[in-house]
Amino acid sequence: MNRRSAEESIFKGLMGLSFLAILAALATIVGTVVWKGLPAMNWDMLTKTPSGGFYLGGSGGVLNAIVGSLYLAGGATVASSCLALPIVLGLNVYARRASRLVTFTRFSMDVLAGVPSIVFGAVGYVLMVALGLKASLLAGIIAVALLILPIMIKAMDEVVRLVPQEMAEASAALGATRLETAFLVVARQALPGLATAVLIAFGRGVGDAASVLFTAGFTDNIPDSLMSPAATLPLAVFFQLGSNLPEVQERAYAAALILMAMILIVSLVTRELSRRLSRHNVR
Amino acid sequence: MPEPSTTHISVRNLSVHYGGQPALKNVSVNIPDRKITAVLGPSGCGKTTFLRCLNRLVDTVDGVSVSGQVLVDGEDLFDPAAEVTHIRKKMGLLSQRPYPLPMSIYDNVAYGPRIHGQSDRGELDALVEHHLKLAGLWDEVKGRLRAPATSLSIGQQQRLCLARGLAVGPEIILADEPTSALDPISSAHIEGKFKELRDQYTIVIVTHILRQARRLADYVIFMYMGELVEHGPAAEVFNAPREKQTREYISGVIS
Repeated sequence: MNRRSAEESIFKGLMGLSFLAILAALATIVGTVVWKGLPAMNWDMLTKTPSGGFYLGGSGGVLNAIVGSLYLAGGATVASSCLALPIVLGLNVYARRASRLVTFTRFSMDVLAGVPSIVFGAVGYVLMVALGLKASLLAGIIAVALLILPIMIKAMDEVVRLVPQEMAEASAALGATRLETAFLVVARQALPGLATAVLIAFGRGVGDAASVLFTAGFTDNIPDSLMSPAATLPLAVFFQLGSNLPEVQERAYAAALILMAMILIVSLVTRELSRRLSRHNVR
Repeated sequence: MPEPSTTHISVRNLSVHYGGQPALKNVSVNIPDRKITAVLGPSGCGKTTFLRCLNRLVDTVDGVSVSGQVLVDGEDLFDPAAEVTHIRKKMGLLSQRPYPLPMSIYDNVAYGPRIHGQSDRGELDALVEHHLKLAGLWDEVKGRLRAPATSLSIGQQQRLCLARGLAVGPEIILADEPTSALDPISSAHIEGKFKELRDQYTIVIVTHILRQARRLADYVIFMYMGELVEHGPAAEVFNAPREKQTREYISGVIS
């Protein structure tokens, strides 16, 4: 009996330590970014584009990268949602449950979700050249869409799979077509999860540097069309961090702070949204 | 002895295999019009499969093969040209547990009429009220039609599912052990509704509760191991079963 209660205590201690380790990691990241970034944080950072000597410590801000990142991640999220929803509803409402196509698709998504984002950047670059595009917002959107598509599909698939088969049958038994069942019942029941999946994918897209390194280009201007290059916050962090001027390095942390704040806002919106959307959910 | 009624659903040589395993073996039976038919039998006898053939929900199972015919108003459900949404519109389904749709009480009942093309607000209001009354739920929900269906108790949810099924204007009600998840009072409520509806609808109820079948059934089908063993008017099957297995089931030797 003594040994068993000792095991219990040891495991409790282990859980406590792991918990602390996670908290410490979070605190270190947030703390470092805030501590190093806050001094360089000012209204200009949020509202101005870089002036001529910005990367040598001149005046200006990272509005170009904020807007660029929002356009890029927003466009990529819309594009991949348009593909993800039909695929996920197809897998769960139309296809036979254990068919090879379904198994193969799920396996492919697992593989793709594990591919490093630099590979998506490289593939996006090849695709861009093949399509005759230059480094631009559009090319960046394509690369980021490819990157976040498997993540979005996996997240959506997980929630749609949880919709009880009997609920879809109840709809079918009333004479609904599969399309009506898919959109009016299955997607509706899964709506909070679908919204979360979309925003998770957005968060992943907005924070990724490698996929846009070759595809989106970098510019001090706010992109005015799909064909113009676009700056992004992760690259703004990357370039400024590489500087040997301390005030420019500080600005890198300020840009990271902005990025983290954006992701935090998206997460909070997601939670609130899925809470509201789940009012009618059947549990 | 009640006069023999007309046939509503005619099942002919119906066999079902799941991935090669037989679930129904060559079942032929006529289900009478506007009566309650109880499908009885021990677990795994094929009674749920039988019911799911009547509205072709059996199609949704992987690796299923069906042979034979099910004629409703002379139309073969398994005819490749038959339109499955049209068939299902003729039948309301009650499952073992109520599965309300993820929407309000009102929208649950209005769902069927809406997908079949009814968009007039006044007509929908009238349909919803009428069918909630028919299912005996109106007085309990009339003040909160916009509330989520899941805010209802499970017994109320089952009556909501009944109202939802009735709202598409079916001729037939299929019920698969509809009271098995309900408390005795809710069960009695559902049974009471079936008795009220028996004059207007053909009701097929799968049950393993013998006493429920005795209370409700006009006609009884007894199945065992995928085969139809015996069928006939309830009084005959219960009081003078012809087959040994039926006698054993009714006397409680097998269950």
